[in-house]
Parts: sequence; C-alpha cells; structure tokens
Amino acid sequence: MALGARRGSSYLFLIPALLLYSAFVVYPLFTGLTYSFFSWKGTLRDGFAGVDNYAGLLSGTFLDQLLPALGHNFLLFAGTMLVQNTLGLAFAVALSRVRRGKRALQTMFALPYLVNPLVIGYLWTLLLSPTFGPVNSLLKPLGLAMPWLGDPQTALPTVIVITTWQWVGFPMLLFSAALSGIPPEYGEAARTDGAGSWQVFWRITLPLLKPAMATVTILSFIGSMGTFALVYALGGSNGAPAGATDVLGLLFYRTAFASGDVNALGTSSALAVFMFTFIFGSTLLLERVLRRKA
Amino acid sequence: MRALAVKILLWGYAAFSMAPLLVMVLSSLRPTSEIFDQPLGRPTGFGNYVKAWTDASFSTYVVNSAVVVVCAVLLGAGVSLLAAYPLGRREFRGRSMFAAYFISGMTLPAHLGVLPLFYLLESMGLVDSLTGLVLIYAAGSVPFNVFVLTAFFRQLPHELDEAAALDGAGPFATFWHVMLPLVRPALATVVVFQFVPIWNDFFYPLVLMRDESKLTLPVGLTHFFGQFQNDWGTLFAGLVMTTIPLVVLFVLATRQIVAGLTAGMNR
Repeated sequence: MALGARRGSSYLFLIPALLLYSAFVVYPLFTGLTYSFFSWKGTLRDGFAGVDNYAGLLSGTFLDQLLPALGHNFLLFAGTMLVQNTLGLAFAVALSRVRRGKRALQTMFALPYLVNPLVIGYLWTLLLSPTFGPVNSLLKPLGLAMPWLGDPQTALPTVIVITTWQWVGFPMLLFSAALSGIPPEYGEAARTDGAGSWQVFWRITLPLLKPAMATVTILSFIGSMGTFALVYALGGSNGAPAGATDVLGLLFYRTAFASGDVNALGTSSALAVFMFTFIFGSTLLLERVLRRKA
Repeated sequence: MRALAVKILLWGYAAFSMAPLLVMVLSSLRPTSEIFDQPLGRPTGFGNYVKAWTDASFSTYVVNSAVVVVCAVLLGAGVSLLAAYPLGRREFRGRSMFAAYFISGMTLPAHLGVLPLFYLLESMGLVDSLTGLVLIYAAGSVPFNVFVLTAFFRQLPHELDEAAALDGAGPFATFWHVMLPLVRPALATVVVFQFVPIWNDFFYPLVLMRDESKLTLPVGLTHFFGQFQNDWGTLFAGLVMTTIPLVVLFVLATRQIVAGLTAGMNR
C-alpha cells in the first residue's frame, strides 16, 4: 500500500484543531477588525461608521490619554534598552571570563523571569512601601527613603528598574550564547597585533554580536509595547500615580471594559487595530533596519 | 585585581537578583506584626499559608487554575498532535496551506480579539465559566504546538509508515500505535511550554470572570490584595503559593525544555 493511499483521512486529523483554532483565535481577531468600522450602542451594532472610530482616537479627550500612554511605552522601551540590555550584555561578557560558578550565576540572574509579572508587581509594591517596606528602611540611613511608586516623578523609572530586575537574565542568556559562538582566535589575533581589550571588545566582539542585538531589540520592543500585568499590579488600571505609569495595554482595557462610553466597542476595537498595526509595522521596520547587513 | 572586581560585581548582582525573592519567602513565614516591626528577620512558622489557603479562598483559586491548566494543555496538545501528524508525514492537497494557516497564529496578537471572543462566549453561555477559559487557552496553544510537533513528526524515519502500512495498519492505527509513542519527548516540551503562560495568564480571566468561586490564581491574587491589604504575612504567602508550581515545574522539566528547544531549532 502506497504512502498516503487514503488521503481523505488526513483531513479528518485536521478537523478538531481547525475548529478550535478558527473559532477561538482567527474568528475573534477578524471580527474585531470589522467591529472597528461600525458605531455601537452598547452591544448593538448601530451603523457603518467608516473611519469615524479611528478619527475618534485622535480627538482631543482621547488623544490626551493615548499620547502619554504611548509615550510611556516608548520610555519603557528606551529604559529597557539602556538599562536592562546594556546590563545583560555586560553580564554576558563578564560571565564569559568566569570559570567557577558560571551556571549558578546564570541561574540566579535568570530566576526572576520565571515569576508571574503580577506577582512581581505586588511583591515590589510591598518591598517599596513607604511605611513598612524593607527597601526604604535600608535606604533611610542614606537619606534616600521615598515613595518610589507613589511619586509621579519616580514611578516610571522605578517600573524600568523592576522590569530590568525581572528580565535581565534574558538578554544575558542570548548574548552568552552569541559570545560562545565567536571563535577565540579572533580576539587573540587582534591582541597579538597590539589591540587592548577595549579595542577587541569594540572592534571585534561588538560587531559580531549584531544579530543577537537585533533579536534582543525586537523582543524588547514587543515586550515594552505589550506590557500589562506588571503595571496593573503596580499602579492599577489607571496607571497610578496620576497616570504616570499608564500604558497602551491599560488604556485598551479601560476603554473596552471600564469607560462607560456607549461606543466603547467601536473605540476600543479601533484602538486594538491601531495598536496591532503600529506594533507589527514597527517590528517589521526594526527587523529591516537592524538586519540590513547581517 | 580585575578578575576579582568582576567576580564581586557578578556575585553582588546575583545577591540583588535573589534578595527580593528571599525576602518574599522569609516574610511569608513571619507574622505581619513582626514584619512591620522589623522588615527583615527570622522565619517562625506556616501560619500565613494556612490563613491564605482557608480564609482567603486560595484553595479555590489554586484548584481552578490547576483544572484550567491541565484541561487546556491536554486539549491543546491533543488536537495539535492529531493535526501535526498529517502535516508532518502525509501528502495531501493543501497541506502547506493548512500548515501556514496554523503557524501564522504565532504572530497574531490574540489579545486584540478579546471583545468578539467575549460575545462569542456569551452566545455560548460560557462567559464566567472555566470551560470558556479552557477553550481559549487550548485554541491559543495550537499554533506553537502544531509548529513544534510537525517539525518533530517530519524527522521520524520514513520506514516507519511503510512498515506499518505493510502490516496492514491504516492511518489511525499507525498514528496511535507507531507515532504516538515516538513523539512523547516533543509532547513533553509542548506541555511544559504551554503550562507557564496559561498558569500566569491574567488578561482573559480579568475580562471574562466575575464569580469569585471561579477565579483562577492571577485575578484571585488581585482580589486577595484588596482584601488583605494590611496583612502582609498572608500576602507574601499568597505570592509564594502562586510562584511555587512554576519553580517546581522548571526544576523537574529542565531537560525537556532544553531538548525540546534544540529539537525545534535544528531540524
């Protein structure tokens, strides 16, 4: 009997997965797209609205929420790149020179990212509490005790520090893997030509890490744009204090489920489509720019 | 000198990395009054865990989460396994189209379909039900599962199907008796990889669940933090209980995770 003689049975195997995936993933996504082109009265479709819902995103009151939220997502991304990914790279380079305890160190650096972001958020809320938190009681002798998450000035930088603490192991592991793929002869050859270790790092190691950096950048971008559970735990659905930690994910949640607007469905669907187009488009763009030569 | 400085830096950061988790575990073993008195100190007992488990309905949350995760992972892995078999091993019209249809789901932002999903479940009477959550998670796991399992099926030796066919086995018998035992390692990978995001998911239950008795851990945790605001010992115990299953899973499954990753990458 030839392979695949009873071809029809192949389709039978596909049916359960097709049904499940089409009904609960594909159908909602595409329906969501169509929702954004109608105006809504609660859950009743009111009429074709063209791009009115999209225009609504740019109207005064909504834009006043959208722009700061988007700005905070970008600041998170910038902070992640500057703090988390730079540290991750530094740790990877440092670890490549360590012989004993390397695995133990890597495990300890990476452990926080096993923990649910919601748990991380609540944990740090307690640790940073101005009254009973251990962080402030340690900082008090230094005169640095303050409501880190309660002050609009320091709230977002604090979120960046917490994100870094949770995720630094991830760029570290990626960079470590990339570093171990660089033949040691490259550095040795440069050194015999009289290059110092900084020169070796800047001129040889760093350029060879470009593909890994592209990967880390793109994943950090997607992560920063999609952040939700951590900021929800730290500042609630309004991005407390005073909206200082508001981000796109929270704004979408509020618009869809807590705005009380009759057209909530239209506006939030338009916002969802905007977010998807924006994040997906930017990711493609980043991909092109960062991988140009690689 | 420099090597020593690097070492101090690395171990110093490792301490910073671990300290919050240590404080979490230690504080969960101390009464709240002692934590307020002295933020860091020696553990004394498991009272907080008893309280979180009984007074704060953690028992309900944990059981709900466990039921949802187990059912969703099994359903998702089951349907994906069935689909991956013909996609990876059999010739039929539209095969590459079907594969692309499934796998493209890995890039789709599933959260953005949440409103239509809400109304779909409402029309099925599945809002505020654990079954609804199971269906969502199982469906969401299909793209990744199909991707990994198809790759795995593809690299099994071809002689297997031929031998089975010579023995007169039809496609279902071949699948059940020949293929299923062989894909167990890939199945383990898929199960481990889906467990974590489903256990941690906060968004869908936040939107879909209202009934306190049906909450899973993440949303339960938000209620718990509202109720027990000033009872820090119990709060810490709740955080630890939410985290422990994942740590246990990772300790038990490190080998599957590594094996699965490399299997998915190299083929």
